[in-house]
Amino acid sequence: MPQAKTGKVLDINFLGPRKIFFALSAILIVASIASVLTRGLNFGIDFTGGVLLEVGYPRAAELENIRSLLQASGYEGALVQNFGTATDVLVRLPPQAEGMDGSAIRDTVLSLLRQQEPAVDLRRVEFVGPQVGDELTEQGALAMLFALLMILAYVSFRFQWKFSLGAVAALAHDVIITIGIFSLLQIPFDLAVLAAILAVIGYSLNDTIVIFDRIRENFLRLRRETSEQVMNVSINQTLARTIVTGLTTLLVLFALLFVGGDALYGFSLALIIGVVVGTYSSIYTASATALALNVSTVDLLPPQKEEDETLKELP
Amino acid sequence: MNKFPLWKNLLVLLVLVFGMLFALPNLFPEDPAVQIAARDDSALEAAELARVRQILDDQTLDYRSIALRDGRISVRFESVDDQLRAADTLRGILNPRTQDYVVALVLAPRLPTWVRTLGLQPMSLGLDLRGGVHFLFEVDMDAAIDQVLRRYQEGISVMLRDERIPRRVRVDGEQVVVTVNSEEDAQRAETMLRRMDDPLQIRRGADGERPALYLTLSEEQVQERRDFAIQQNTITLRNRVNELGVAEPLVARQGADRIVVQLPGVQDPRQAEVVLGATATLEFRLVDTENDPIEAARRGRAPINTELYYERNGAPVLLSRDIIVTGDQLTNASSGFSEGRPAVFVNLDSQGARRMLQTTQANLGRPMAVLFIEERRNLVEQDGELVEVSETIREVISVATIQGVFSSRFQITGLATTEARDLALLLRAGALAAPIFKVEERTIGPSLGQDNIDRGMQAVVLGFALVVIFMIAYYRVFGLVANLALLTNVVLVVALLSLLQASLTLPGIAGIVLTVGMAVDANVLIFERIREELRNGNSPQAAIAAGYDKAFSSIADANITTLIAAVVLFTFGTGPIKGFAVTLSLGIITSMFTAIIGTRAVINLIYGGRRVQRLSIGGSLIHAPG
Repeated sequence: MPQAKTGKVLDINFLGPRKIFFALSAILIVASIASVLTRGLNFGIDFTGGVLLEVGYPRAAELENIRSLLQASGYEGALVQNFGTATDVLVRLPPQAEGMDGSAIRDTVLSLLRQQEPAVDLRRVEFVGPQVGDELTEQGALAMLFALLMILAYVSFRFQWKFSLGAVAALAHDVIITIGIFSLLQIPFDLAVLAAILAVIGYSLNDTIVIFDRIRENFLRLRRETSEQVMNVSINQTLARTIVTGLTTLLVLFALLFVGGDALYGFSLALIIGVVVGTYSSIYTASATALALNVSTVDLLPPQKEEDETLKELP
Repeated sequence: MNKFPLWKNLLVLLVLVFGMLFALPNLFPEDPAVQIAARDDSALEAAELARVRQILDDQTLDYRSIALRDGRISVRFESVDDQLRAADTLRGILNPRTQDYVVALVLAPRLPTWVRTLGLQPMSLGLDLRGGVHFLFEVDMDAAIDQVLRRYQEGISVMLRDERIPRRVRVDGEQVVVTVNSEEDAQRAETMLRRMDDPLQIRRGADGERPALYLTLSEEQVQERRDFAIQQNTITLRNRVNELGVAEPLVARQGADRIVVQLPGVQDPRQAEVVLGATATLEFRLVDTENDPIEAARRGRAPINTELYYERNGAPVLLSRDIIVTGDQLTNASSGFSEGRPAVFVNLDSQGARRMLQTTQANLGRPMAVLFIEERRNLVEQDGELVEVSETIREVISVATIQGVFSSRFQITGLATTEARDLALLLRAGALAAPIFKVEERTIGPSLGQDNIDRGMQAVVLGFALVVIFMIAYYRVFGLVANLALLTNVVLVVALLSLLQASLTLPGIAGIVLTVGMAVDANVLIFERIREELRNGNSPQAAIAAGYDKAFSSIADANITTLIAAVVLFTFGTGPIKGFAVTLSLGIITSMFTAIIGTRAVINLIYGGRRVQRLSIGGSLIHAPG
């Protein structure tokens, strides 16, 4: 006896208004690029080089005093801010010109702070040379490009080049918008955020592939429908899964954001933005791009072996 | 229907048992401990164990236990305070003047004997979790090449002198230039130089009016020299790290010209940096007494065959160009006191001892100087850009009259106590083949490390709990099964990390948390498919089988593409990114197993092989038309 049907039947015409969503995506992308070009990214010292000190004060620290102390001692461009709590202070210095190396800066800044408040506890020091920062930027961009290329190749191999372009368009869309939001809000962009963005590529792709997989299956099953109809059915069929997975991933990410501490803040925020944008792009950007490229049943005529299996499953 | 063959069930069980076994050591708490090892890495014996125990008892230091294992003594303590006090005391008593023992602070897991005999270990924690110092050094390759050219310069000069060819030999950029008086001499010199060991590439030319030979290193020679410089520096840094007495340090080459050094538990990067980065070496030379150094300093030029240096108090000294012995001919060095003043006691190798004997015999009563040479690098602004410029500091640390003939053993005075200690340490550990410069440093205080662990763990637990609750609410019995798989997945990742001894870092924890979120996806795909099959009127058994089958290709594709991203991250990433990539990759692989085969085994046990009316899989809130 079949189990009773439950729940609301959904048949959303996702791809009907695709022009509107294309326009929305285009606006977001242009805005993101504009923001990166005009405001730039708030790069962490991983990329810019410089010295970073995290110190603990016994009581709430007077940031203004620390700033003026550093200013008076000739440290230009020192960034002083609270880190998590009022007693934790983060001091960031750009690479200094005065013929001093990182160790000397670290030592003098620490002794300056200790003159003001002897009980300062040094919690973390990071020194990144300028050339390492440049290399990291280069490596990060290279990693991103390489990941996209590998994925393009894999999806072409497993599906077809039109899908492949759709998937990569969706990924580029996600990466650009996530970076755009980081630029717009000037959230510090460090190595962990870069890792998160690469993880976003993985996640968004995951989402896209699941939908594509269904589209491929349905193209072979529903031969009379138009491509748009097949895609709409597929997106509707996978919608429950898309929402549930997005939800569980977000649950975990919000746990990281609120509990994981400041060290993981940028990381979890980038992923949260990426998961939301990625879910949207799997539905609209990826499928709509493939549709715009006139993907059809002919493109997916599978190799002989697979067809046999599919035939067996047909009722 | 829906029954696994026995071997598949056994496989699931086996993986589970292995996972739990390898993850087990992580459950035991860690004791602060002190580890004592011989500096030369020889095995310690029971006598030394008794001695350490005696010292601890005499000084009334409390300890939990003491044991001799693998030739090392490990003493466990109740608290970090006890540990630090005991370590200081032991260092003082065991190494009064000689440096025979390495006394290091470690965290020792309290493992039962049977776990230990199986060779099981807990995960190793990265520096961001347990505190410590991370350095990235760059080897100055230009200096390495320059050094080798200067050696050629000296050799060529001596060779041509022996052949009585008048010449001027100098290093100019990346070539050695030999200027001679006539074409005939140039021809003779070229024949000579072609017969040299490991000859340079020779090009004839002119240096102003006079004929000259331009000698350059071949590409292979340059490469060889670079490889040598980085290998030798890695070895030297490892020796120096051992001298520092740090437990479980990491010294590894990174890329073509970088060396990464990680010192867990070290809280003060300064001392470590002074010792690691120091390029200090010594030269012993005779003092020139025939010319007036003050006159030379005033004119700013040293007379022929001498070089002008300054003592620490600023007094000029003229030294002979001939070097008697250099720092790399030292076999041992220790610091201590001689007649109340800090001193370094030095032993020379046989070649150095012979030279020293000859020199002291022939120059009794003449002064000899010790020249201290150190490379430093500074950031300087040039044309608006920051450029690193290296500078060599040479100063005379002591001038003493040769009172008697000596050869292999003698002492150097004229240094402060800490300088004597550091110099002895550096001389023992060997010189760097080329100067190194710090390009990155990360220091994590121990309190922040513990904080990171606590927060990371809380995030894992909270995220996990939220997902577990959601899954049970939404998928009922199936959700419960997925949760089991999720838990197993975390255990397997921990087991693999322990097995591989890959360091767990904070981004690594984030990777685990992310896999928890994503591992559910495979089960969501399967369960949604089963629901769909049920809606389409299939029997529960058929729905289970079809759900697993049809979801497989989606799961495989999705995971493989994520794995591609993780592998790219691992390949291009450094440090923190690598840590994230490792746990993410491991998590993807284990989650494929637990979510597909693991849950199927349990579902089969619950529902398989019998008539089932309905499945406890919850109801969709929404679904597509059938």
